[in-house]
Amino acid sequence: MATSVQPTKPWKPSIRERANDVVIFLISIISSFVVVAMTPMKGKLAYFAIFFISYAFLTSIFKATQRGSAAAKDALVNSLVAIGTIVTVIPAASILATVLKKGLPGISFGLFTHDMGLATPTDPLSNGGLLHAITGTLTLVVIALILSVPIGISTALYLIEIKGRFTAPIRFLVQAMSGVPSIVAGLFILSAILYPITKAYSGLMGSLALTILMIPTIARTSEEVLNLIPNELREAGTALGATQWRTVAMIVLPAAKSGLITAIILGVARIAGETAPILLLTGGGDKVNPNAFNGPMGSLPYYIWKAFNAGSPEAITRAWAGLLVLVGLVLILFTSARFLGSREILK
Amino acid sequence: MSTLELVVPAPRKITTEPRRSDKVFRGVVTAGGLSSLLLLGLIAIFLGYRGFEVLKQEGIGFITQSDWAISTDDAGNVIESNFGLAAMLVGTILCSIIAVVIALPISVFCALYLNFYAPGWLKKTLVTVIDLMAAFPSILFGIWGFLVLMPSVEYWAKLLHRNLGFIPVFDMKVPVFTRSPFVAGVVLAIMIIPIITSVSREIFSQAPLDRIQAAYALGATRWAMIKAVVLPHGRSGVIGGAMLGLGRAMGETVAVFTVLNIVFQINWQMLLGAGGNVASLIILKFGDASPYEIKALMAAGLVLFLLTLIVNGLANLIVKTTGKSGR
Repeated sequence: MATSVQPTKPWKPSIRERANDVVIFLISIISSFVVVAMTPMKGKLAYFAIFFISYAFLTSIFKATQRGSAAAKDALVNSLVAIGTIVTVIPAASILATVLKKGLPGISFGLFTHDMGLATPTDPLSNGGLLHAITGTLTLVVIALILSVPIGISTALYLIEIKGRFTAPIRFLVQAMSGVPSIVAGLFILSAILYPITKAYSGLMGSLALTILMIPTIARTSEEVLNLIPNELREAGTALGATQWRTVAMIVLPAAKSGLITAIILGVARIAGETAPILLLTGGGDKVNPNAFNGPMGSLPYYIWKAFNAGSPEAITRAWAGLLVLVGLVLILFTSARFLGSREILK
Repeated sequence: MSTLELVVPAPRKITTEPRRSDKVFRGVVTAGGLSSLLLLGLIAIFLGYRGFEVLKQEGIGFITQSDWAISTDDAGNVIESNFGLAAMLVGTILCSIIAVVIALPISVFCALYLNFYAPGWLKKTLVTVIDLMAAFPSILFGIWGFLVLMPSVEYWAKLLHRNLGFIPVFDMKVPVFTRSPFVAGVVLAIMIIPIITSVSREIFSQAPLDRIQAAYALGATRWAMIKAVVLPHGRSGVIGGAMLGLGRAMGETVAVFTVLNIVFQINWQMLLGAGGNVASLIILKFGDASPYEIKALMAAGLVLFLLTLIVNGLANLIVKTTGKSGR
């Protein structure tokens, strides 16, 4: 009779080692309570900090007695990288939790059907809403999209398909452009177009500034996507006698479609919440304004900014509700970008 | 029997000359590609052109003086004006350095965890969360920082002041902790952690696998492996990532404006509630600025633009050279 041999896992921690871990864990929890009770330090963060410090110390001392100094350093770094990760994630969790907690009381049906034409931010919450802000943000984003998508994608096409003389400098400049502060983009439109030509705030001015901020995001992401398209496809197109234009338009771009949409969505997520250029350029109207070329245009960031600066409890609740809508928008965009991006590029 | 007539076709002309459609395509795409060059150039030219008058009048004092005052008569004519960015520049640099000093170790540890410690599912989730954080609008960080984070940070600042007050940067004469550069630095740190983390993660994941395995095979612990292989490989890439974060922190406007008290005086005491920031200055003064003061703000924008351009350019150069050198 054949006996089946079970594979063993010699690296698995034994029961004794696990028990040691649990004991260290308990000691650190107890010590954190003791230290917080005995010293003037207070607050949730003090508990966390002392717990982690004592856990890191105790594990490394324990390892030092068991296996020497190398293992002790390893254990210490184990704790440090865990702390680094937790410290990174805590703000994200705190931001999302706060926005939900403070924003939800301000969300009502009327918020999406009224504008602030007859209300001020300090009015009770039942007056007015952010319809003008939502339509305004959509208008700004759509115009910025129309302007930036062709420029962004053709920049990426130049970098990948043409590979001309300027490839290296353009790649460098696109990267430099993604670091342009948003306020500088706003000042540029102000100095180049608003003061000399139109002389009035309008949605279009805001869109132009957002375009400058959006181009590098779209260009860089599209470049990465186009880079992933296998060269065989291009060679096949050329071998069948297609010109470069036909190869790009009928083979490369369709193959990269979902990736390019991801790039565009990421660009929108980047600019949807931009505040500084909006404050300089759009004038921030309180009524629904369907005309982007004339008259001040409201938008979500401007609405939030105005409500936040008004300062009364109602206004602050309005600001949080606006932030919740904005974060919801960014979340939806981000999730759809992830979903599209995670699919295979070639199907 | 039929006669076969031999038809010899004229040889086809073989050419590498692109068709007209290709020429148009190449032209259009090249124009699109050159637009970034054009835009960056135009930004510098227009801001310089608008700010020229002020720059000429103030000269080098524009970046070495710290007064910002303008007085006009009733008709709106400028009587006297004095524009200096020194306090704002010092404030910008102070805030962003605080941010990078806080963010750099946290991001590096986080990137190490993601690459070499985290199990697969956790890594995926954490990367999503961190990328999402990079997409949060800055006004969200600003308002959250002001209403939620600031009380805690003030408490930490008091602890630092009480226990480490003998170090000059933690010292202060007047105990005002609200809206200090330290608070702004912490908010900025939270904003740039995702950036530095993702750059470092990228660089660390390119560490040569054969060397990693060789280190393990020689009996190295995980930390010994990281110290011997990953950190030497990724050092300059991490520095580049930190500089990208620095550039982002310098140009940040709204988040800083909500949590920083702007004072026109050079202040190196990071815990004192008086700081400066070029971008916030523009938002602060823009609302009721006279045409002449707007010109000064344009000049300030130009200074900020050049500053971030230099920092970002250096950062990209550093990241690029590491990415290529590989091993």
